[in-house]
Amino acid sequence: MNLHRKAAVTGIGETTYSKASGMTDRQLQLQAVERAIADAGIERHDIDGIMPSAHGQGFTCEGFSEHLGLRQLNFSATVHFGGANGLTSMHTAALAVASGAARHVIVVAGRNGSSGARISGRPQLVQANFEATREFESPFGANVPMHFYGLMAQRYMHLYGATSEQFGMVAVAERAHAALNDNALMRKPMTLEDHQASKFLVEPLRLFDCCIESDGAAAYIVSAADAARDSQNKPAWILGVAEGHPDSPTSVATRPDMLRTGVGIAAPRAFGIAGIDPSELVGAMLYDPFTFLVLMQLEALGYCKPGEAGPFVASGGIALGGALPTNTHGGLLSQAHSTAGINHICEAVRQVRGNAGKAQISRQGPIVVTGNGDFGDGAVAILSAD
Amino acid sequence: MTLPKPVPQPTEASQPFWEACRNHELRIQRCLECGTLIHYPKLRCPQDGSDKFEWAKMSGKGEVHSYVVARRAFHPGFAEDVPHVVAIIELDEGVRLISNVVGVEPESVKIGTSVTLEWDDSSGEYPLPKFRPIEGADA
Repeated sequence: MNLHRKAAVTGIGETTYSKASGMTDRQLQLQAVERAIADAGIERHDIDGIMPSAHGQGFTCEGFSEHLGLRQLNFSATVHFGGANGLTSMHTAALAVASGAARHVIVVAGRNGSSGARISGRPQLVQANFEATREFESPFGANVPMHFYGLMAQRYMHLYGATSEQFGMVAVAERAHAALNDNALMRKPMTLEDHQASKFLVEPLRLFDCCIESDGAAAYIVSAADAARDSQNKPAWILGVAEGHPDSPTSVATRPDMLRTGVGIAAPRAFGIAGIDPSELVGAMLYDPFTFLVLMQLEALGYCKPGEAGPFVASGGIALGGALPTNTHGGLLSQAHSTAGINHICEAVRQVRGNAGKAQISRQGPIVVTGNGDFGDGAVAILSAD
Repeated sequence: MTLPKPVPQPTEASQPFWEACRNHELRIQRCLECGTLIHYPKLRCPQDGSDKFEWAKMSGKGEVHSYVVARRAFHPGFAEDVPHVVAIIELDEGVRLISNVVGVEPESVKIGTSVTLEWDDSSGEYPLPKFRPIEGADA
């Protein structure tokens, strides 16, 4: 058995994204869960599996049971891959419903990432969570994601001739998409000149190469194939999903190939299960804490050949109307970054359903979603209406 | 209150590495069974699972595998250091580690720059292995 069309995303829910929610992490997560249940059109008692988030100060499984009044909880799990949590959880949830362990599993993540414990204020957190970083890297001043991903970006530029302007075109494209989205935080138009004028924080990464910080939560429901009809929505079928983990998962510096991360490792398996070629994709929701990761992932997925993602993006390839519209909600760069990438999954589902509003991709077909967390843990999923 | 810079906190796997640093020796864990150099230090050899190791002295020569110029300090302990170069150094023996390239304008560092070990004794209990470009060497 593999996971081809064994499960579907049947409900999605997001809170308003903001810089200061005025709610607790628990309230945000509960609201996202309620909205996903309402979107699916099922009863909350139909939820029999839940995957609470490892981030923030949200509910545990037991807490959700109490506050949602769940009557029959058959499955729960929490994964620990940072920003990849949102999508690696789809893999776990799909396994749970495909096996019969549960019928409707809800995945949730969200926090006050702006008004609460800020992601950029994370040096102490990184030290606490990652032994190798704490001991061997933080004494040299490498202590936030920008340092480690900046090292990857520099190597990528060196090997493939990618440029800061090409990185900038990712930021510009995503900002243009965010301008179409009422629930995106950064909607003021951005030009390539704006990007190039933004300061280097950790060179080669400029301010506008880095994602925003936000408050907000998101949730989605993974249902078994025979339970998908419970939902009022057209199912977003999971054609394929897989996760991948790099060699030396806690250390960018010491892995044999520092650019070979989980997304590239998972991609052949995900596309193999889906039974499609990357060239058949009509859209992409790529985990984008930093602009250059969009380029790297276009290549890691096999959509672009190595070194060709920069020119592809620079020629408008990821804009609406381009060959592969990408992050049509604005992504982590311009919509929100506090849901471990579940906002990407929600947008992929809207695109598959055909109700993405002004950001709707004109062609119908498979949409790829990626997740990337910590130092390169990753996941790839392909969603489709049929 | 300003936070001091993080300092190494040796573990059961890494204690010999840091003890060697006290003597200004860069020693890397090597598996006695298969000869693999292992960094960061581990409790088992990732190649063969052995727990028998020696600590091999490195030449201290290497090159910049990648680098960033940190222009803003995200940890307050580095506020007076920026801009500074955080780099991945590949030692001639083949292992990589994160360090700083010092004694040079950040803008002159490139991938491939040849570097040599220089000890930083300012960090407290354990001197830190840092690197300086080798003058006259081709990048």
